[in-house]
Order: sequence, then C-alpha cells, then structure tokens
Amino acid sequence: MGLLTHNMLSSNIRGVVNGFPLRIEAVKVVEKNVEMNTDFLKNMFEKIDWKAFVEASISMGYTELPKEADSSLLDSDDFLNRFHHALLELHLEEGALVCPETRRRFPVSKGIPHMLLHEDEV
Amino acid sequence: MWYLCVFFHRLLDYRKPEVESLAKLFGAFDDNQNDDVHPQLQWKLPLHHHPDSPFHLVNLPSEEIARNIANRSILVKGMYELWGEGGSYEELKDSILSYPDERKLPYLESNSTFRITVDTFGKVISLQEHKELIQGFTYIPFKGKVNLRKPEHNFWLIEIDNCEGNNGLPPVEQKRIFFGREVGAADRKLLPTYELKSRTYLGPTAMDAEIAFLMANQALATPGKLVYDPFVGTGSILVAAAHFGAMTMGADIDIRVVRDGRGPDRNVWSNFKQYGLEMPVGLLRADNNLPPWRPGLKEVFDAIICDPPYGVRAGGRKSGGRKLLKGAVEPYIVPDDKRTDHIPSTAPYSLVECVHDLLDLAAKMLVLGGRLVFFYPVLREEESPHNHFPEHPCFKLISSSEQILSSRYCRVLLTMVKIGPYTEEISLAARMQHLEFRENHVKWLEDGNLHSAVFSPVDAQLKETGDYKIKDSTKKYRGKYV
Repeated sequence: MGLLTHNMLSSNIRGVVNGFPLRIEAVKVVEKNVEMNTDFLKNMFEKIDWKAFVEASISMGYTELPKEADSSLLDSDDFLNRFHHALLELHLEEGALVCPETRRRFPVSKGIPHMLLHEDEV
Repeated sequence: MWYLCVFFHRLLDYRKPEVESLAKLFGAFDDNQNDDVHPQLQWKLPLHHHPDSPFHLVNLPSEEIARNIANRSILVKGMYELWGEGGSYEELKDSILSYPDERKLPYLESNSTFRITVDTFGKVISLQEHKELIQGFTYIPFKGKVNLRKPEHNFWLIEIDNCEGNNGLPPVEQKRIFFGREVGAADRKLLPTYELKSRTYLGPTAMDAEIAFLMANQALATPGKLVYDPFVGTGSILVAAAHFGAMTMGADIDIRVVRDGRGPDRNVWSNFKQYGLEMPVGLLRADNNLPPWRPGLKEVFDAIICDPPYGVRAGGRKSGGRKLLKGAVEPYIVPDDKRTDHIPSTAPYSLVECVHDLLDLAAKMLVLGGRLVFFYPVLREEESPHNHFPEHPCFKLISSSEQILSSRYCRVLLTMVKIGPYTEEISLAARMQHLEFRENHVKWLEDGNLHSAVFSPVDAQLKETGDYKIKDSTKKYRGKYV
C-alpha cells in the first residue's frame, strides 16, 4: 500500500465520526521504483490531504517532506522528486492501519489493506 | 478532411465509439468552441453500403489525429487518405487522375519507398490477377523504389465484390474499388502478447484482452491519469489501462483474488510485472457497498472501468451476512478473542444495488469530464432494451455497445461522462431515480433471476411464456453475432 492509497482511506465503522487519517503501524516498508510523471503528481497534489500525508510518510520512516506545501512548490524539481518518492515509491508491505477513534486495526498484508468490516461494525 | 476508415469485421457495435473516444483523446474536438460534452465525428457510408460494413468514411481535422487514432485503436484495420474510388477500374482511374496532384506528388518522389497492397473483400484472387491489378496503375507516376518490408508509403487497392456468398460480410449491392494511402493502422500484435492464456494468474471472469483494451480506450486511459476498478479481480482490465500508461488502482471484496493468487509469482501484481507495466498504485480489499474513502474525498479518478459481478458467472457479495457463530445470540457481536483474523461474512449483492453504488461512487470520485465504463447485462428477449440502462443525473451516456453472449442474453458496454458535480441533492435525486428504475425495469435482475434466465432449460421458459417460436438458426449474414 502506497501513501496515495493511505491518503484516500478512512475507517468507516458505523458510528465513527472522524476515521481519518488512519495511523500507520509499519512492520515492513519496501521501496519500489516508479517512473515519474509530473502531470500525475500535479493532478494528485490538489487532492492530497497534506498534513496526513506528511505524518504518514514520517511513520513510514521518510522525513524529507516539507510540513506545509502549496502549489508553487510544484515548479521545483527537488520537491517533485520527494513528493513522487513519498506518494508512489514507499510501500507498506506488512503492518496495519489503525482507526484513530476506536483503535480498530485494519491489517495490511502483502501490500494490501484489508478494509472489510466485521458484522457488528457495519 | 475525409478518411476511409476500414474496420476489422468484429464487435461491430464497438467500432465507431472507439474511434470517437480516441478522437477525443487525440484532440480532434479541441477547436470546438461550444461546451458540448459529447461532440461527435461526422461519418459517411460508401455508396450502397450497409451500416455494418467494414468500410466507413470519417471526417477528421488532421492526418496526425487520423494516424494517432488508427495506431492506438483495436478495431481499425487501417485509416486511408482516399485517392480515388469507383464502381469499375475505369471509374477508379478517372477518380485518381482527378485527385489533386499536390496531394499525390509528395508521396511519389524518387527518394521514397513504397508498396502497393491489394486487398479483396468477398473473393480470393490469384497471384497473376494481383500482379495485373498493380501493373494497371501505370497512370500514377510512382518514382520511388518498391520496398515490401518497410516502405515509407503504403498504398492500398481495396476491392469489395458484389458477391452473394456466405462470407459473413454485410451484403453489398455493387462492386466498389478504393485506392488510398495508408495513414495509420491498428497494432493488433499487442493482442497475442496480452492474450489471457499467456497470463500467469487468471480468474474465472478475467476480461478478454481485446475487450479490456477497448474498455481502456473508451476510458481515455493515458499517462498522468488515475484509473480505478472497484471489481479488480485478477486485474485484467487494469492491465490494459496500464499498457496505455495510466496509473491504476483496484479494489475487490474477495481477498483470494487480490492477494494470495496462486503463489509468489502468480497474483495480481505478477500480471503487471509480466508485461513490464507499472504496478497498480494501490490494491485494497474493500466493499463497494460500504466504501472506505475518507469523508470529503472527491474527484480523484479520471476514469472508472469495471465489469460488475452480475450473477451469471460470478455473483456479487457485500458485507453484512449474519451467520451466527455457534452459541452466539443477537445482536451479533464478534467475540474479542476472535477479532484478529476474523473473516467477516458477506451477503449477496444484487446487480441493481451494485450498479447504484457504482454510479454513486463514480459521481463522487470521478473528475468532471471523467468517464465511467462498465458492462451491463441485457436479456435479449426484452422489448426495447435500450431504455433500460441505469441513469444518474451526474452522467451522460455517450455510447452503448452490445456484445451478444448467447441466444438468451448479451452484455452492453456503457460509456458515461460525468457532466455535473456531485452534491447531496443529486445523491438524493439519484436514489429516487434508482428506486424508480428498480421498480419498473429490472425485477429480473434481482436475486439470481438473471442466472436462471440465462441457464434454465429452454422447455421451462417456453412453458412459462406459452408461445413457441422457432428461431432461425441459420442466419447467413452474421452482423452483430461477430
């Protein structure tokens, strides 16, 4: 699971008001080489919740992202490289996503988060 | 400028929508000042041709666009600049001679290489006839060198005979001959490369490579875009989108398909690795009925492509089954010691509900102008099935392409464009529309009715309807059956 996916997910357990962002419990983080596409990054930049994104990258062991970012940074190659790396190349292979409200763990196994709810959470 | 567009004679309903979609992708409508969400190309049929004919004339703004469309398409055999046409070789000669020299001469220069290919539809000609036909072109001042392997300019002589034989082609009343310069042609070689039998990991409902590419073209998949498949299975549709350079994301309720596969190198990921494609940026196990997207997230996907489970080969599932564990009493609570590794039960998910959720998801998550491309089943006995497609106030249906699967049912590839932003009011209106739709059109889709309509023995159906019609099983012209 990459951080783009993480940035889109929340805990949707019945009754949970603020299920975003899910806290990352990283057991195994892998890096995958992904070819950079600037258009894609610019596209995604507007959709990303930056604060959650930076926190998530830190919990994955990557600390090179600026705390705050606005679209003027998209002209900087250095920024784009870091953004690209954090968004698409860092992957949580094993671990869990934890609901900030209920502490329910959504396991991540072989890179795939398991977001299905139990019967009593629907 | 008008180009001769020759199609492969298959998937007839898919041919024009594919060209229209690619025309959009390659900027054929960019000069269009009005805000029409779905501008269309101009099409013409050659004289006396049936609409199912492989031969069409299409008006495109430039040769570059024509080439791009043809080269990326799956169903365009070739796009040609027409130099002449006629009902006989005399007429063809007059027509070619009257075609302006400034259009012809640049392709006939002495430092160029060329080749003339003779293509006959509806008949076979001998090598000798072939040679004579080519030698008949002495009136065209070819100065270049012949190169059969890699010519710069490809000329085609295409003859359609007025034969009445059973050749699977639409009847042609009159012989027609075309001569033209090839501008572009489909790369069908990618089909054998991607064919399912070469895939390391397959599911029972993996999408055929040709259709998957057509879906990716309908979705305008291209580098820089994000394409989502909510029923990803073994990833067969996303593979096509990734081939065209799009970033992909997929979800499935069944963990076995998205994760385990059949071992370390036989899973969804390996299906991308096998072709050297970019891996999906995300795969997750999630339920479309209860999608785990964060509140406020919207307009992230450029396209959603999928083949929803409609219960013929695979049925849909959603969260919320209530199989009680031994000794447990209502209300259902998963015991704390069993929470880890608990496998939540699922309940059947009817197609109608599934399509409603899909439209709702797409309305929220697609960018404006983004495309939703999905299959929808239709029973062929139904009257006027075309009024029965699902609708949503955020979407405009721009094409529906039928593919007949059996004498009982077919599936229709629907392409919709998002035309308006998603709001709470629209969501409510869509709910009402859905209920009305469910009430009036799709009772047969509920609870496995489709499955029984497709698979129940003929006798039982006949008893029910009470009338027995002998179907003409020996149709000569196959038309849409192709």
